[in-house]
Amino acid sequence: MKTVFKRTPVLKDCPTHYCPGCGHGIAHRLLAEVIDELGIQDRTIGIAPVGCAVLAYNYLDVDMIEVAHGRAPAVATGMKRCNPDRIIFSYQGDGDLAAIGTAEIIHAAHRAEQLTVIFINNAVFGMTGGQMAPTTVLGQVTATTPAGRQSNGQGYPLQVCELLALLPGVTYVERCALSSVSRIRQSKAAMKHAFERQIEGAEGLSLVEILSPCPTYWRMSPSDAMQWIETHMRRDFPIGRLKG
Amino acid sequence: MCGNEAMAEAAIRAGCDAYFGYPITPQNEISAYMAQRMAEEGRVFIQSESELAAINMVFGASATGKRSMTSSSSPGISLMQEGFSYLAGAELPAVVINVMRGGPGLGNISPAQGDYFQATRGGGHGDYKTIVLGPSSVQEMADCMPLAFDLADQYRMTAMILVDGLLGQMMEPLTLEPKPRPKLPPKDWALTGRKGREQNIVRSLWLGEGVLEKHNEKLQAKYREIQEKEVRCELYRIEDAEIVIVAYGIVARIARAAVDRAREDGIPIGLIRPITLWPFPSHQIRQAAEEFRVFLTMEMSSGQMLEDVKLAVAGKAPVLFHGRMGGGLPTVDEVLGKIRELTLRTGTPKIRNPKSETISNDPNPNDQNAEAGSEPVMSLRGAQRRSNLDPMRGRLLRFARNDMS
Repeated sequence: MKTVFKRTPVLKDCPTHYCPGCGHGIAHRLLAEVIDELGIQDRTIGIAPVGCAVLAYNYLDVDMIEVAHGRAPAVATGMKRCNPDRIIFSYQGDGDLAAIGTAEIIHAAHRAEQLTVIFINNAVFGMTGGQMAPTTVLGQVTATTPAGRQSNGQGYPLQVCELLALLPGVTYVERCALSSVSRIRQSKAAMKHAFERQIEGAEGLSLVEILSPCPTYWRMSPSDAMQWIETHMRRDFPIGRLKG
Repeated sequence: MCGNEAMAEAAIRAGCDAYFGYPITPQNEISAYMAQRMAEEGRVFIQSESELAAINMVFGASATGKRSMTSSSSPGISLMQEGFSYLAGAELPAVVINVMRGGPGLGNISPAQGDYFQATRGGGHGDYKTIVLGPSSVQEMADCMPLAFDLADQYRMTAMILVDGLLGQMMEPLTLEPKPRPKLPPKDWALTGRKGREQNIVRSLWLGEGVLEKHNEKLQAKYREIQEKEVRCELYRIEDAEIVIVAYGIVARIARAAVDRAREDGIPIGLIRPITLWPFPSHQIRQAAEEFRVFLTMEMSSGQMLEDVKLAVAGKAPVLFHGRMGGGLPTVDEVLGKIRELTLRTGTPKIRNPKSETISNDPNPNDQNAEAGSEPVMSLRGAQRRSNLDPMRGRLLRFARNDMS
């Protein structure tokens, strides 16, 4: 019989700790496929964030490091500058990258570091219990916005891709989503392109933002969560290539 | 070449692959020197966006097996504490220079030693230690760089060179001769891509039941080994000394000059100069205390190393303190004044500020009759000049007995 689907060798054969309906499992699978297809498993070093994906090294079979909250782009900078022939990626959530790590991502981009960043935006702090993130949309109820996020006092959703696209040190930025099969395919294509830019030695940072469901802290079913990306997140986070 | 530049050049010669730093006075000569020389050597230099980023760049470079370092001064070192804790947890080698300035807060840019606690106690969260070297000359600052890199690699932890702004700025003759280096363990833990082996993971998160405790026990065993093997200190003229000064860094230079001058007057005095501040030379100080000497700890702080001296002496002898804070530097004459107060005293010792000094036999410790002022901690009533030393021993002994009663 012809094999039409199999485990990618970059993904380890073990169950994950993610909640049912979480987008991290899909994003990990896409990342693993991309690393495998590009043939870079043996020269890739990955950076796990603080957040739900902190244990990503348990699932991805590449050399990996776990770093302090938000500091991944600085750690990646140290790695890449000392090892220009290695492929360095960070995998960061919205609390990690868009809140505590804002300085690190902006400055890695502004220095035009040759790095690949996979930015998972699920509009909440998942690991700590569903608190407001900078990317929480207006009106969204979280543990720390019980009345829904109000712009007056809690600010507006932070659009990281739009910010980064302004910087000359960024070579490629695209926002994708996991809300349908076609969007998942596009997410993989974008991830692949982000790695290819680094492999080619293109000057500058590549970042792919992925709108990802968190049914647990959005308090809805996995299928409703996929719908909610389309109905609520896309408004503030338009999907598409912004640069490169 | 100033002390800061000497450390930078010595680091390059010690095989430093990457330097990351953020500007702060009084250590800017290091990054300026590195910007030039690391480029010449084809190595990595980055001026980071913050000290947080600098220490995390060190973290990343070190995780790939490269020798990397950063330098800063007190407020910047405070910002790096998060990184120090992660380096300790992940067991990554790193070299850090702290050219201390006055604090707290923004303080000033004058030399100080107020970061001793922060350096020797870990500084960040969790149970960990940092190897801390406290050189006292430009030559020794340079010599500490290869030592720091070797110790960091040997024990997979942070080694810090803790100096003050004066040493950083001071110019002295310097020779940079290559010396034999120890054989170090291979970095088979480094992240280099998993070609030809299993995946390597560098982490500090241990969630399993009891796993983190085991990890901590391993770290503590390593720290005990370092305490046994890596203590370095200088003992200067202490064989027949009745008074022993304990001082490090630039203060030890001043103390040494004061010891020489006091010896000319026939005063039996010596100096113990810790070179490793952690591991602290507790054993050497304890041995000196067995012979019942009086200790005078001197620092450019309110008395931080003083606590380690007292722990080492363990009540066997009196420990006095003289300190300057906020960028003040004691002079040789000032130190001689303290020594003479000790040796010329008649009557019982009296401590002006009992809160900041252990030695007090005053029936009324709140007596504020002694001269006011913030400077000396110790004041002796009824001082009278004597040149005969023999009675001094008796006085010191009585002095000490009073202290311990």
